Parts: sequence; C-alpha cells; structure tokens
Amino acid sequence: MKKYLVKNRNDLIVTGIFVIFAVVTFFTKFSFGFKVIENFKSSFLEMISAMPFIFILIGLLEVWVPKEIIEKHTGKESGVMGVIWMILLAMLQMGSLYSAFPVAYILWKKGTSVRNIFIYLGAFTTIKIPMLSFEIGYLGLKFSILRTLFTLPVFIIIAILMEKFFGRGFNMNNPVTGGEK
Amino acid sequence: MKLLFIFTLAAVILSFIANRKKTIEGLKMALNLFLNILPSFITVLIAVAFLLAFLPKEVLAKLLGEKSGAFGFVIAALLGSISLIPGIVAYPLLKNGASYPVIAVFITTLMMVGIVTLPVESKFFGFKVAFTRNLLSFIGALIIGLAIAFLWGFV
Repeated sequence: MKKYLVKNRNDLIVTGIFVIFAVVTFFTKFSFGFKVIENFKSSFLEMISAMPFIFILIGLLEVWVPKEIIEKHTGKESGVMGVIWMILLAMLQMGSLYSAFPVAYILWKKGTSVRNIFIYLGAFTTIKIPMLSFEIGYLGLKFSILRTLFTLPVFIIIAILMEKFFGRGFNMNNPVTGGEK
Repeated sequence: MKLLFIFTLAAVILSFIANRKKTIEGLKMALNLFLNILPSFITVLIAVAFLLAFLPKEVLAKLLGEKSGAFGFVIAALLGSISLIPGIVAYPLLKNGASYPVIAVFITTLMMVGIVTLPVESKFFGFKVAFTRNLLSFIGALIIGLAIAFLWGFV
C-alpha cells in the first residue's frame, strides 16, 4: 500500500487537487468549474465502462496463452503473417490511445517483436473497426478507404523506423513494479 | 460496449470452469495492473477535461473549418495532437465545414499523437521511445493529409 502511494505520488496529488477543485466549484458555483467536471465525468464514465474488461482479458491472456504461441506468430521470425495478425487484433478493439499501452505491454512480454508492437499501436490508433464504421457513416466510404490506404504504409514505416532506432536492447517497463519485465 | 462485456464474462466463466486457480491468478494480475495504471489514466482525463473546457468542441470545429492550405494543416495537426476526444465525438464535428485533407490530418494526429498521454506512454516505453513515436506519427499524419489533398480530386 505504501509502495503504491509512493510510486503514484504525482498522479494522486493531481487527483487530490482536482477533488479540491470540484468541492470549491460546488460551493462557489462558477460555471467554468462545472464545465470541467462535466467533461471529466463523461470521459471517466467512458473509460470505466470499457477498461476493466480489457484488463480482465489481459489477465486471462497472461495465464492461458503460452509465450511460445505468441512468439511464433508475432515474434521476430513471424514475417508478413505477424504483421497481419497484429493489424487484425488491433482492428477488433476499441478505446483511446492510452488503452492500447497495457495490451502492447502484455504482448511484448509474451514475445511479440518490437516492430509488431508498433504496428499494433499504429493500427489500433487509426483503423479500429468501431472507429471506421463511424467514419464511413459521417464522412463517406471514399474518404475512409483513401485514409486507410495511406495510413497503412505510414504506420508500417513508422514501426520499421522505431525498430531500427530502438530495437536493440528494447525494453518495456512493468507498470506494477516500475522495473523491467 | 455490451459485446465487450458479454465476451469478457463468457471468457471468465469458461476459464473458471477449466481451471479455477489459473483464473484467479489471472484476475489478480488484471486487478493489480489496473490499479497501478488507473492513477495515471485519471490524470490524463483531468488534463483533457480542462483542455476541452478552454477549447470547447464547437471552437475546435470552427478553427478546423476556417483555415485551409498549409496553415490549415499545421493548425489541424496541432489541435489533433493536444486533444483526446473519441472518434464518435469528433466525426460529427468535422462534417460541417472542414476540408477532407484537413480532416484527415486532424483525425490521424488525434488518434496517433497524444501530448497529454505522453506521461502514460513514457511509463511503459520510456520517454525517448514515446517521444519519437509521437514525433514520427505527427510527421506521418501530415504526409497522409498531403496525399489525400493531392488525390482527392482524381478519385
């Protein structure tokens, strides 16, 4: 418990200040404060209604899926099929950018290659199916197809560059211990 | 959202039937991970709440709609990088006024580049890697916008 408080000190201080801000807002009734609280409430509800499930699935993946399988299909030797697997996995998900990081972490821990981790992040952020369906609805199929066609090579190139820059000795931090793995 | 809930529930039940000990171990790991990431997620949400209060969606839409050309691209890329709003909210805003290439730049930076999420990303990847990914994505978004600007008329 103490370790938890120390490790998350800064974030907890921010939360504490925000709580004070909310209390002050309720007493003084200033409209800007209400606007901020309203914004926070809607994004918090959005996060909390999806996040726990994603984490439960991450936990189940951790205990059930052997490292060898993930490594074989998405590891260093996985080639083009590995890329396709990453893109398909990413497209099926939903949520904002930050919800992709824990998934990326568990995949990396299970042996997914550096390049494929960044392909996953790229695909997750740009061509998730729930997002594409909204986009098509509002902006039309032509726009979505064009954007997807251009985005695909861009994030693959970014992933290749990231592997070139940081592939050697690449490491992701364990968010629980703060250390390696 | 309902689908995610049903899928997760089914997975947990199946897992529990197959192996109770393993399931509990997995759920424990999930809870531990969740509790440790939650504080930094909440910080992100607080930052976004203030940002959106200073820069309401309507103003965002207006800024995107007014400017076109190179200046419009840069504005769109910067606005996209600092804001963090779900596509479901963003698309209706963009329908009115903004040109398609500008929309493409905004959407791509909105999704790929996150200045407010940089601290969370750094927690997982380290600052150097996180910063580089965001920088490359920023440049990538501009390229995507340019490509769409060039091709939009031909297709």
